[in-house]
Amino acid sequence: MTHRLKASQYAILIAVMLTASVGDTLLFRGMEQIGTVDLHHLGLLWQALFNPYVVSGIVLLIGFFASYMTALSWADLTFVMPATAFGYVVVALLSRFWLHEHLSLYRWAGIALIVCAVGFVAGGPSRTEHSDEHHEIDLMDSGAGR
Amino acid sequence: MTSASMLSTWSAIGGVAALAITGEVLIAAAMHKLGDLDIIRAKSGLPGAIRAVLASPLFLLGAFCMALNFFALLFTLSIVDLSLAAPATASLTYIGNAIAAKLFLHENVDRRRWLAVLFVSIGVVLLSH
Repeated sequence: MTHRLKASQYAILIAVMLTASVGDTLLFRGMEQIGTVDLHHLGLLWQALFNPYVVSGIVLLIGFFASYMTALSWADLTFVMPATAFGYVVVALLSRFWLHEHLSLYRWAGIALIVCAVGFVAGGPSRTEHSDEHHEIDLMDSGAGR
Repeated sequence: MTSASMLSTWSAIGGVAALAITGEVLIAAAMHKLGDLDIIRAKSGLPGAIRAVLASPLFLLGAFCMALNFFALLFTLSIVDLSLAAPATASLTYIGNAIAAKLFLHENVDRRRWLAVLFVSIGVVLLSH
């Protein structure tokens, strides 16, 4: 069964892609500034909570969780999964064009594969339903199947 | 790498992936059961939507698995390099999620979606190079 996505649902999927990858990058950047945390320096974790990069990373990851769950409430797990993977592509492209890091040929190949995967899934339905199975369960519930 | 250390490396990676798969499938099942969150939010507001999610035992179980997954990942990173652990757990999680989604969530994983899972898994490994 094909469901046409609404504009707001596309926005949720884009939020899933961006919040996870940018949130991870911000956390990484913040923890780099804080330094290595081990058992003898647990106080650093408290300090991390006041680092603007860490705080904005946590806010974005909470946003990710909310948008990911919203997406799962109307789409299949196998439909949303490639969207989360697309976040890696966003991070790689950000590091290339914003931080001017070098991307190896392997990374470009990885980007191409993930973009293709998103294309495959986006062309199909967002939620697949097994009407036969639901029917079977309904029959069992009513006792008529026995 | 000795066979003993290879066994511990891959069992740690496998454990992280298994916890992630269990958590994601439980959360997906919970959200599927709840129905469209946008509609719930329109009806009973954001607090109502949050209450509905938190009242779902499937969600709580899934979130518990995700929390365990986080600590298992931290443990794994102490014995395995990030450059192996991150892509290996991500790839295994994507493949496992597709199999679990087909078996337990009864999603119709057609050829297009299998291909997407395969491409994403290889793509994630390539991106970490």
